[in-house]
This record gives sequence, C-alpha cells and structure tokens, in this order.
Amino acid sequence: MIDLNQGFAQGSSWVHQLDPRVKIMTIFLLAVILAVGESIIMLLQALAFTTYLVLAAKLELKKVLKRLVVVNFFILGIWVFVPATYPGDALMQVGPLSISTAGVIYATKITLRSNAIMLGIIALLSTSTVSSLMQAMRWLYVPEKIVYLFFFVYRYVHVIWKEFNRLYDSMLMRGFKAETNLHCYKSYAYLIGMLLVRSYERSTRVYEAMLCRGFRGEFHNLDDLSFSNQDLKIFSGILVFISWIIILERGVFLI
Amino acid sequence: MIDLRNISYQYENGEEVLNNFNLALKPGDKIGLVGPNGSGKTTLFKIIMGLLTPKQGEVIIFDQKREKEEDFVEVRERVGFLFQDSDDLLFCPTVEEDLAFGPLNLGKSKEEAKRIVNETLDIIGMKGFEKKVSHRLSGGQKRMIAFGAVLAMQPEVLLLDEPFSGLDEEAVEKMVDILNNTDKSYLVVSHNEDLIDKVTNKLYYMNE
Repeated sequence: MIDLNQGFAQGSSWVHQLDPRVKIMTIFLLAVILAVGESIIMLLQALAFTTYLVLAAKLELKKVLKRLVVVNFFILGIWVFVPATYPGDALMQVGPLSISTAGVIYATKITLRSNAIMLGIIALLSTSTVSSLMQAMRWLYVPEKIVYLFFFVYRYVHVIWKEFNRLYDSMLMRGFKAETNLHCYKSYAYLIGMLLVRSYERSTRVYEAMLCRGFRGEFHNLDDLSFSNQDLKIFSGILVFISWIIILERGVFLI
Repeated sequence: MIDLRNISYQYENGEEVLNNFNLALKPGDKIGLVGPNGSGKTTLFKIIMGLLTPKQGEVIIFDQKREKEEDFVEVRERVGFLFQDSDDLLFCPTVEEDLAFGPLNLGKSKEEAKRIVNETLDIIGMKGFEKKVSHRLSGGQKRMIAFGAVLAMQPEVLLLDEPFSGLDEEAVEKMVDILNNTDKSYLVVSHNEDLIDKVTNKLYYMNE
C-alpha cells in the first residue's frame, strides 16, 4: 500500500536514512521467505523484526494501525471460513461445525505472514520518497517500463480517485440511488467507462505536456543515491537476521 | 518568431475549428486571444507545439517551416506551453522535481537544474515549496508551480492557456507582474477580459 501523501516518508530515523536499494532487497527477501515459510516460530520472529522496524522508524502508530486494520479485515474472512472447512482432527465442536486444529494453525500462519509483510512494507518502503525508490529500482535492473508504471500509478491514482468522486457526486446530486435494477447497473457502467475514457485522455495530455518540456524518453534524477558505511552495517545485520530465519525455517522443516 | 499562414484544422469528427487562420508573433509582442469556447484557441497552441497537425497551412517558427515531429523538438525546447489543466503538467512527486524536469531534459547538469529551481521559485514567489508534494497543493498553487515549470525551461516564447484560472487575488497580481516585466513574447488565452487587457499589447478575436 503506497502512501499517497508521502506522509511516512518524512522523518529522520535510521530507517528513513537507509539506502532505498537496501530497503527493496530486504523487503524482497523477507517477502519470499515469509510467503513460503511454514514455521510459526520463524513467522513470529519475522513479525517481531518488522514491528521493531516500524517502531525504530518512529512512525505515527495510529496511522500504521489503520493500515493494518484494512489487511486484517480480509484475514478476518479467512478466520471465519478456514478453521471450519479445513480437513483434520477436530479441536472443538460449534453446533454442526467442527473446528479443525490444522485449520486454526493454517489461519494463524496466514495472519502472521500478512502482518509481518505489511509491517515490513510500511517500515521500509513508505519511509522512502517515491523518486528514490524509482532510482533504486533502476539500479537493481528492474525493467524501465515497470518502474515508470509504478511511478505514474503513484502519481495519478489520486487524480483518478478525485475524478471518480466528482463524477459520483454529480450522480448523487441528480438523485441517483443505488438499487438493484438495470438503470442502476447501466449508470455504474457509464461511470466506469467514463473514468477509463478520461484517464486515457489525461494520459495523452500528460505525455504531450512532457513532450513540450523536452522529454525524449529518458528520465533524469535530481539526487544521487549514496551507500554509506552505516548502510553497510545495517544491511549486514539484516542479512544475518535473514539467514537466521532461514535456518529456523529449515530446521523445523526437517523435523 | 511565430508565423501561422492559412491554417485550417478539422477534428476527427469532421468539425472545423480554424479556417484560414493567420497569426504573427514578433519579438516584444504580447498577444491576447479572445473568443468563445470551441473557437480553437487551445487547438492553435497545440498546432504551434506540433501536438496536432493542421489540415492545411504553414507553420513557421523561428524562421523555419515546421512539418514533421523532429522539426518540433527544437520548438518545444524554445517555446513554453502552460497547459489548461495543471495536473497534466505536474507529474512528479515533488515540486522540485517537477521544476527540474524540463532543465534536465535540456541537458543541464544537476547543479544547474537545482539553481534554476531556486531561481524559479523566487520569481513566482513560492520559496520553500521545493519538497512539497505536487498533487497535494491547492489549485492556485498548482497553477503557479505549473507556470514555474514552464519558466524553468527558460523559453523565448510563452503560450499561456488560461494562466489566471484558480489563482487568488495575490497570485493574480504576481502573475500580471511577472508577465509585464518579462521581455519574452507570449500568446495568452483567457476569459477574463480585464486581466487580458492588463498583460497584452495586441488582441486577436476568434470566431466560431
């Protein structure tokens, strides 16, 4: 989840100052390990680690929690269905449903995983400015097109959202009510269609404006990335931790 | 500097907006374009910048006939076009990067670009906005920064499409002041006739 207002990007903690290349590599490694990892102990330690990063970044905890609520809302759905439908020994009986032990463990893992990754992203990615992340992605040989896609999505999601609200408000002003009938579905289809048309037209104009300012297919950066001694120390520390959770995972896996 | 001869333009749907239109902009000219909506003012600007190709007529800019896309690369470097919608022009995360975008494209070094950013912010009276997030600014602030982004390219000619829209009184005064004190030539489109009188020395009336 990208911070549209770059609110988290302003700060002076060591997490903020960390080289964006280190941040991207860390979050990539963590995400892969967490996504395939099965060990609950490993997941708990990773969660503790990313929580520590959020605390170290001195972010406004209320805002962080707000974002976690969104993710956990989806996870709530998993808790409703998975334990009751997962095959395995019954932990307990709720009416006609039997809650399976394996199901509860499975749901717990998903909860730990998503929260750990989410906290990692909040702590590492949203504490960098978008342009420095772009630069880091290019340094890491992420294809240019993906970098630019990321960049323009970031910049224009907000504009398109506002456009959507304007259109929707004007529908409401003219007495539109959401109902289950053809007129309503049609109106929604028009709304989405119009949004697509407008976004396309805007993209054309943005490109034209870029051409008018001498754009010839290449972006130039204003600031340079620099890899400091401190970055090296922190990155080494992170790599040690990542090796540790891999060992944890493999160890439990073998037993 | 700009010489348009017998320009006609037709939209894809066949509707004609310009018919045998002639316009000449000479050094020192400050021309206002006045006309109803749909009379082709914005279209005219796009033709000058090479974003649209006229059905017929000659586009001569800086004493050279411009026809192909390549011809307009130089035009875009020397003519600054302020778009009607600021959100089209400002696409970078921060104000600083938006202002530096043009100069960097022109091959300026990072140091030079930063110097230009500072100078430009000074001219438009928005010092301290370097690190602000472009899309979070108010409509009027965006307008001023978009104007700055055009000025930062140090163009010889300005094409201004509704430069005053969304500006508060103070900003309007600033804009009028900048325009009256510049030695650049420009074409300006606005529906505000009082303001257009203040900043121009010639008027063109366009009919539908």
